[in-house]
Amino acid sequence: MSNHGKKYGMLIDLDKCTGCGSCMVACMAENNVPFKKDESNKLVSITWMRVYRLTNGKPFPDTEICYLPRPCMQCEGEHGHSPCVSVCPAVATDYDFSTGIVSQIPTRCFGCRYCMAACPYHARYFNWYDPIWPKGMKESLSPHVSPRMRGVVEKCTFCFHRYQQAMEKAYYESREELEENEYQTACTQACPAGAIIFGDLNNPDHTVTRVVGPDDAHGGRPKNPAVFRLLERLGTNPKVYYTSTREWVRRQADNDAARGENAGRH
Amino acid sequence: MDSALIPEGVKRCPLPLFILGVLAVGAVLLWGVYAMLLCWIKGLNQTNMNDYYGFALWIWADLAVIALGGGAFFTGLLRYLVGKDELKNIINFAVVIGFICYSSALLILAIDIGQPLRGWFIFWHANVHSMLTEVAFCLSCYFAVLTIEFVPLVLEQRQLNKVTFFHHLGHNMHEIMAVFAATGAFLSFFHQGSLGGVAGVLYGRPFAFRESLLVWPSTFFLFTWSAAACGPCFTILVTKITEAITRKKLVGDPAIHTLAKISGWMILTYIMAKTIDTVYWALVTAPEGGFTLGQFYSHNAFYGYWILIAEVIVGGLIPALILISEKGRNNPRMLVLAAVLACVGISINRWVMVLQVMAVPVMPFDTWQLYIPSWQEVATTILPVAYGVLLIAFAHRYLPVFPQEKELNP
Repeated sequence: MSNHGKKYGMLIDLDKCTGCGSCMVACMAENNVPFKKDESNKLVSITWMRVYRLTNGKPFPDTEICYLPRPCMQCEGEHGHSPCVSVCPAVATDYDFSTGIVSQIPTRCFGCRYCMAACPYHARYFNWYDPIWPKGMKESLSPHVSPRMRGVVEKCTFCFHRYQQAMEKAYYESREELEENEYQTACTQACPAGAIIFGDLNNPDHTVTRVVGPDDAHGGRPKNPAVFRLLERLGTNPKVYYTSTREWVRRQADNDAARGENAGRH
Repeated sequence: MDSALIPEGVKRCPLPLFILGVLAVGAVLLWGVYAMLLCWIKGLNQTNMNDYYGFALWIWADLAVIALGGGAFFTGLLRYLVGKDELKNIINFAVVIGFICYSSALLILAIDIGQPLRGWFIFWHANVHSMLTEVAFCLSCYFAVLTIEFVPLVLEQRQLNKVTFFHHLGHNMHEIMAVFAATGAFLSFFHQGSLGGVAGVLYGRPFAFRESLLVWPSTFFLFTWSAAACGPCFTILVTKITEAITRKKLVGDPAIHTLAKISGWMILTYIMAKTIDTVYWALVTAPEGGFTLGQFYSHNAFYGYWILIAEVIVGGLIPALILISEKGRNNPRMLVLAAVLACVGISINRWVMVLQVMAVPVMPFDTWQLYIPSWQEVATTILPVAYGVLLIAFAHRYLPVFPQEKELNP
């Protein structure tokens, strides 16, 4: 493959996800996500990848559970302006047209938190506290990702540093393109159930594009009835797709209340 | 010494009493400064803001004081550009109130950001697409304009005015004040509007998002209009409070009634526009985002339909009807009641556009989030109030803020 602009995206199979949390742990370790003195207050915790627990609301024995991992959706609004990018007053977050990834520059951010207000997925996290690293852990921090300081916003970047490393390797080998699995996010790699597939949505040879559907991968509503995106109707055009054969899961994950289809809501 | 500083021909309370009052308010101010320092030194973990409530009490206070301070630009516009000459008796005080509100707003923003030392990035790395950039530029420029409008008032202080240079400088600044009034009105239009735009462009937040008129969301115009409408009510209210505390008539009725009448019609037209906007949003914009109106006002412990009624009817329509009726605005009690309701109404509007926006669950499996501010947030929000009281106290005592005072209190 050559001569195509990349647009990296993710497909998460909710029928395979067991809610083990490996993706969360891998994400934290890979991206130097800091600890706090008290992790019990989840409203101020930092989890770039967060796993939600959904239920069909029925009493036992008809109860069903679904775990929904939620990384940054890497939205692609009009002209590449995702909800957070267009509001940031200092361009501390930006849309990379060469990869489709929404980047975050901690040293540019001055902590106005407008991007957090704009993100409907709560995928952006403010560093309310100074980062705490348990004894000896500083030595094992990843040298490829800058630790963030108090007072700035951070978020999932689809492990963008891994893309840079993969590209460096490709250039070294006189290649301009990456093989399908050369660039994988930490959560994709860590998922024991293989529920997360990651790849270039613009590349029809990539598994993610084959499952999502080439047309759907260009912003259209997925034709595959099992594939959906969170809050599709808001027009944020996320690059994270989900798939589930369970109708109640699909209903809960989309905001179709106005059409009277969202029985599970509230 | 003190009597030499007080404007000639007016009476002020004894100095010890004044100092006592200043100390009492100063204690509140120091409490706020302590909380502010905690936030700067220890960080925003001193607040109860969280990942759901990135915007909270401060931003509401910020938006509210800016809206209430809108009396400065609108009174200046009416006085210098429209030619409402009777407003010359209240314009000085309107400028003082505006100066307090805008300096408070900038102070709040300085406390609010997570990295205060990087605050200048908003100017240096400005993103022209961001409404917050527009807010920062216009707010800073308008504060500079307000300072320029405030300076002649200071230069007219009895002792300073004896210095020939200051006397001429103050006089000449007065002469060209129409230019600054026009500049202020222009800047205010954009920064009041862009504050509305901050919420209106959040297309990921269906409670706040509005369709655009030209390139701006409708909240842009609603915020400007509401600030121009309700700001004068705040000026009237603070004037009446000052009169009650000093037990003197400080501004003549013609100025108050002119301002009240214009404010009444402005509020009425604003409420009509707000109602149309709300209906369109409820019937078209929100359903397009997959939401029904009921979802924004039910299934939670606080945000019921009452808040919509309180904002539009109690804090909008009722004060508008009182103020446009001659009988209503001529009745001192009704006038104050209308001013209070209008100020409450606009404060509710800003509250809703900041805090309810954050509280509403957007993801279908999410839940309503309620938030209670920490004492540090409350203290830093009260801080500007104490600062404002002190500035008004000093301005009233030592500056010729009220040109009619001698005439009204022979």
